Amino acid sequence: MSALKTRSVLFGATLAGAAAVLYACGSHTARTTSLAAGDAASKVYVPPGSYDEFYAFLSGGYSGQVAVYGVPSGRLLKLIPVFSQFPEDGYGYNEETKPLFQTTYGFVPWDDSHHPEMSMTDGVPDGRWLFINANNTPRIARIDLTRFETDEIIEIPNAAGGHASPFTTPDSKYVVSATRFSVPVPNNDVAIDTYKKNFKGTLSFISANQPGKMDIAFQILMPGYNYDLGHAGKGPSDGWFFFTSYNTEEANTKLEENASQNDKDFIAAVNYRRAEECLAQGKGRTAPGNYYHNWVEEGSRIAKSERKTSVTMLEPANCPGAVYYLPTPKSPHGVDIDPTGEYIVAGSKLATVIPVHSFTKLQRAIADRAFEKEIDGIPVLKYDAVMAGEVQKPGLGPLHTEFDGRGYAYTSFFISSEVVKWKLGTWEVVDRIPTYYSIGHLMIPGGDSKQPWGKYLIAMNKITKDRYLPTGPEMAQSAQLIDISGDKMKLLLDFPTIGEPHYAQAIPASLIRDKQVKYYKLADNKNPWVTRSESEGGITRTGKRVDVKMIAIRSHFAPDNIEGVQVGDTVVFHVTNIEQDWDILHGFAVLGMNTSELILQPGETRSLTWIPKGTGVFPFYCTDFCSALHQEMQGYVRVSPAGSDVKLMANVSRKAQAQLAGQAGAQR
Amino acid sequence: MKMSSRARLLFACASALVAGALAMPLWRVQLYAPQYPEGLGMTIHAGTVRGATENDLRSINSLNHYIGMKTIEPDAIPELRFIPWIIAALAAGGIGVAALGRRRTAIAWVGAFVVLGLVGIWDFYKWEYSYGHDLDLEHAIIKVPGMTYQPPLIGSKQLLNFTASSWPAIGGACLAAAMVLAIASLMIDRQAPSPVSSRRESRLTEAA
Repeated sequence: MSALKTRSVLFGATLAGAAAVLYACGSHTARTTSLAAGDAASKVYVPPGSYDEFYAFLSGGYSGQVAVYGVPSGRLLKLIPVFSQFPEDGYGYNEETKPLFQTTYGFVPWDDSHHPEMSMTDGVPDGRWLFINANNTPRIARIDLTRFETDEIIEIPNAAGGHASPFTTPDSKYVVSATRFSVPVPNNDVAIDTYKKNFKGTLSFISANQPGKMDIAFQILMPGYNYDLGHAGKGPSDGWFFFTSYNTEEANTKLEENASQNDKDFIAAVNYRRAEECLAQGKGRTAPGNYYHNWVEEGSRIAKSERKTSVTMLEPANCPGAVYYLPTPKSPHGVDIDPTGEYIVAGSKLATVIPVHSFTKLQRAIADRAFEKEIDGIPVLKYDAVMAGEVQKPGLGPLHTEFDGRGYAYTSFFISSEVVKWKLGTWEVVDRIPTYYSIGHLMIPGGDSKQPWGKYLIAMNKITKDRYLPTGPEMAQSAQLIDISGDKMKLLLDFPTIGEPHYAQAIPASLIRDKQVKYYKLADNKNPWVTRSESEGGITRTGKRVDVKMIAIRSHFAPDNIEGVQVGDTVVFHVTNIEQDWDILHGFAVLGMNTSELILQPGETRSLTWIPKGTGVFPFYCTDFCSALHQEMQGYVRVSPAGSDVKLMANVSRKAQAQLAGQAGAQR
Repeated sequence: MKMSSRARLLFACASALVAGALAMPLWRVQLYAPQYPEGLGMTIHAGTVRGATENDLRSINSLNHYIGMKTIEPDAIPELRFIPWIIAALAAGGIGVAALGRRRTAIAWVGAFVVLGLVGIWDFYKWEYSYGHDLDLEHAIIKVPGMTYQPPLIGSKQLLNFTASSWPAIGGACLAAAMVLAIASLMIDRQAPSPVSSRRESRLTEAA
């Protein structure tokens, strides 16, 4: 009862605070249709046939995917399926991609994707890969940016809630994942109220710079706080990683209140080069840690899975100098490092200031042993010894900060729903612009790297309400494009987004555009079920399994009449699109199929399993309007009763006949 | 009659251009359609037919099945087997002419070149005609009454959704240039004042 009372008092206080800020900022008009700058239209207009200046990759949030937009137009270019099955093209349904979904919990068909992070070279995004985390069942995916396809997914063991992930080191040697929910490590059946005794957090460093070879390099066992976000150091702070934490109270219930007690929580500063030294000296231990590593094999383009059972675990007490805590007010969310690598900015969501730590002061404080106390072997540095400055009265509910490379920082404020621009070093607020409504992350192309392309800022908002034509109780999420090239920020564009975008990345189009794969070479297709020409198609039975090898080309399948399938059989269609021409796709779907369709890129083989439940004749057809005779691109499968004497048969096309005759002629 | 050294040099250049044409595409057929803004192309070499990019020939053949056109298979065109030898012989002959320096042989060489060139162009036209007209109407999917699909010998033409254009490629230009050089070589010897003609000229002046 008393807890409830305290809570309502707190809630009231927050409301009053919010009201005060709203009042202080002047009255917010209900709608702001005319607030965009006068020349905004021309700044976001990309004429038909012209290209956008940037690719932007927005997380798909609870859709589990990634959405690719052109900036400044805000045009949706592509959805990249990552953590959720995608019946639209068969991802996660076809046999080639199903292994990507393998986890120690079994096949997980969905996740909540939060933070896209670009691979980097020398601290600058390089456009090779995009990493993104799964928050619910902690995993990290690697997306290849020559094909815009998910190529690899690694599970994070000894973790729950992979939120502080997958931030990248400046050389892409590691991506990281820290646990949002501390859990028993290894996980086991304990009473929840033994939290303080049994629950631990882990910081995972995952080797990332070799495609197909991602692995858990090591984990650091941490006190059982909630680790929220992270970013790597750069320049002078290269070799360090910074993670925010909250719930340093170690509450296991009613965190809303119980985890908001301490005036300061911590940023964990990890010297990972020091950790590497300790591991080289054998100071880590092999700990249980079950996880799956799934990757797409080159050539066959079939995903493989391997299960691993242990990790190298390092405890900070065994490696002095590897981990420090920086006291940071209050429940910090984002931790963002400025382009010079000197300033460590915290999004202290319940504080009235934006605290900024100095890396120079951090090093001095360590040398001077300016420690407040020690927690599980982790020295807690004195706040005054590491703090560079505080931005005073910036707004309410700071979350994330990005940088323009010209000495300014831009922080998002959820409660006061605005972006605030302030100056590094003087900590003075120089501009603010409202967002519609309740911004979460913000993103400047390269804005978390050594080299921001500081022309635009994208605000990703949590609440949409009246920004677009209403569409029932649920609206699309909303992003806003803001011009930051001048002294004053200018709102240019609203555009709807999928799922709930959390973080995003953007990069000049020139770094990706010309590297695109246009088709897969049939000659390089190493799928064991590839059918390279019409004459190679056919049907085989192995017990109750029937394999159909089929080609798709404008405007037919071959074979296109299949008989001899029986109820009780498992039929696997292996369809190869033998086109060798850019953007000439074919689809494949069978009446009553309980999985999905297939979409086949040129030169690609995909296999889809079908278990017919009854007798009859079942049409299949091409689902992607491929050509003028697309409507003719179809065929039939006949399903007979079990034990029927209908002969197993796949018809031979005229072209296949000609090819076979040619081959026979060549042999004579 | 002996050729001047200038003329022989020009002839040697002409022979080199002919030899160079062996290694270069002679002709190029380019196809554009609304669906193919990047175009599909085909180059005709002395010894083969190639797609402008790796898969263009494959794509062109794939599209041609709709209208019942025969598959373009370089191996099935017998001329392509001996055309390289003819061109090589022509180049070698040209070098021989330059070495010998006999005007009469040079004229014979130019004559042979003209004849072979005309035969080549006629042969190319014949193949275009055959691909464009000898359609497998029994299996053609798109049949437009009266429509044939012969690409132009030179220039551009609309064939259904495709604009087909046909122009000499670099190798073809080399052959043309070789022809010009060889003829020029014959011309400069005719125009240059020989000792005989200048004597006759002076006599005429005296008479006047």
